[in-house]
Amino acid sequence: MSSLLSIKNLGVNFDTARGSLEAVHGVDIEIPAGTSVGVVGESGSGKTVMCRAAMGLLQGSNVKRSGTVIFDGHELTAMSKEEVRNLFGSGMAMIFQDPMTALNPVRRIGSQLSEGLRVRLEMSKKDAMVRSKELLELVRIPNPTAVLNSFPYQLSGGMRQRVMIAIAIACNPKLLFADEPTTALDVTVQAQILQLLRELREDLKMSMVLVTHDLGVVAGNTDYVAVMYAGEVVEYAPTTKLFADMRMPYTEALLESIPKVDHKSGTRLAVIAGRLPNPTDRGAGCSFAPRCKYAQEKCHKEHPELKKDPDGHLYRCWYPIGVAL
Amino acid sequence: MFKFGFWLQRVAQLLIVLLLVTFGVSMLLRLIPVDLATILLPVASEEERVMLRAELGFDKGPIGYYLQWLGNFVQGDFGKIYFSGGTENVSDHLKQAMPRSLLLMVYTQVLALAIAIPLGVLSAYRAGRRSDKVISNTLFTLSSIPNFAIALLLIIFIGVKFAWLPTLGYVPIAEGYWEHLKHMIMPVISLSVGLIATYTRLLRADMIAALREDYVTMAASKGLSDQRILWRHVLRPSSVTLMTSAALSMGGLIGGAIVIESIFATYGVGFEVFAAIAGRQYIAMQSTVAVIALFYVFFNLVVDIGTGFVDPRTRDRRVNA
Repeated sequence: MSSLLSIKNLGVNFDTARGSLEAVHGVDIEIPAGTSVGVVGESGSGKTVMCRAAMGLLQGSNVKRSGTVIFDGHELTAMSKEEVRNLFGSGMAMIFQDPMTALNPVRRIGSQLSEGLRVRLEMSKKDAMVRSKELLELVRIPNPTAVLNSFPYQLSGGMRQRVMIAIAIACNPKLLFADEPTTALDVTVQAQILQLLRELREDLKMSMVLVTHDLGVVAGNTDYVAVMYAGEVVEYAPTTKLFADMRMPYTEALLESIPKVDHKSGTRLAVIAGRLPNPTDRGAGCSFAPRCKYAQEKCHKEHPELKKDPDGHLYRCWYPIGVAL
Repeated sequence: MFKFGFWLQRVAQLLIVLLLVTFGVSMLLRLIPVDLATILLPVASEEERVMLRAELGFDKGPIGYYLQWLGNFVQGDFGKIYFSGGTENVSDHLKQAMPRSLLLMVYTQVLALAIAIPLGVLSAYRAGRRSDKVISNTLFTLSSIPNFAIALLLIIFIGVKFAWLPTLGYVPIAEGYWEHLKHMIMPVISLSVGLIATYTRLLRADMIAALREDYVTMAASKGLSDQRILWRHVLRPSSVTLMTSAALSMGGLIGGAIVIESIFATYGVGFEVFAAIAGRQYIAMQSTVAVIALFYVFFNLVVDIGTGFVDPRTRDRRVNA
């Protein structure tokens, strides 16, 4: 299967007052066409930065990006900002975590939604408005005409997220980056939004990168999962394989920290002790070693390379689970 | 959409402000420990002064005096200026001075905003880069020159040395728009320089904050150009502070431009206040201050309404987000 998006050795550094902050380091991810890939990791693991860097949305003179990103045959990392921009909307699109802050507070939904259509697809104002209404119907917003004339603050969180999805899919993108699309929503609304994304993906034949810190969200909505830790991909496998037969102790720890329904009340929730390493000063060894219950001397001294099982399962660990050494 | 009750409330608030300002000035007048009639009519006979006290309500106590003044004021009788040879109506003075001050204020604001908005947008877009530093430092330098010094420099070079523009006087629009503008250019520039610096800084700071918002990244991910994002998506939500600041500076431009009005002899309202104080024309002072307050409050209401259009969230008071 050919890759729609291929990220090779992607690195992102931020120059800060306290030195260079390495937010993403040596990330390799392949997104096969027509698939949904989950990116999981705790807060600060570099998921969002990785996605934004892949799309080229990180701006500012203090951002240094390295590596290559190839989307649909275009090498984004070698193209000018204007050339990459031409791929936005119809090629790649993104939906954001917080629908409160990702919609412009002072512009009507209609103008924000039709803007992409007018600029990217060069539709007339009237056609763009008609299409906008259809898009709102597509994301199952009742009363789309009224919503077109509303401001974001007049809508509920779930409605806003639907509007944002409508904006993202407006120009029929091949690849949708969904950056924690359900984190800011109620649990019931989360399920609706995920259902909507699933259906849209099938109807529009979109590939998707689903960023989340919730393994439960990944389980039902993705074909592959990349687990990120401290700016690196530490494990990459088909979703079913990852849950059944993980290699990384970090993935195991993440799974263990999910509360189970059959836990007796009063049971202590499992936590991963410790914190993410300081991104301005990484140690020499495995980034997860200080928190890993299997860590041995080698883990603290040498940084593990990405290893590949014959079936394509990737992991970054000296002493992987379930592999005889 | 247009919340009638809300605006009614707003207007009522402003009326209260006006009453408080005029009442305050009126009280201050009565605190002066001398006989006002003697000051206004220094060489008159005692009978004339008694008549004046009765006419102006000085004999009625502070509240009675205020109410009488207010009654006259709302009917357009702003009182008189007293000379040894007779009297002149304050309203006649203001009729001449007000258009000058208003035009001066409008031109100054238009020029200041027309320059400050592009500069603010540019320096926010290029924050920390060379163009931003050049703009910020230049404006900082210019804003630390007092406006009378700028006025004098303009007069020396543009007015006298090159003789491009007239240095003195005011020409009404009726006598030719170009002549009118020629007399206004230098006073307007002198007054705008400080405002340009203030406005640019405010807009730059708000735009830099807004540029970090998710909706900017969202707009970029739609494939919009930087230009479009800056002008269509970022400028509007960033301009509320700028508008407020512009509203606040209007009072100063209408009533506080004494120095510039004197230098260029475009005698406006600021000069009327100054003349009233210098000539101890207390009634004229009270009425002129009231007129300035009236315009100040009016323009603030206009800006309030404008803010509602720029940022719809401010229109809806139920919103606390």
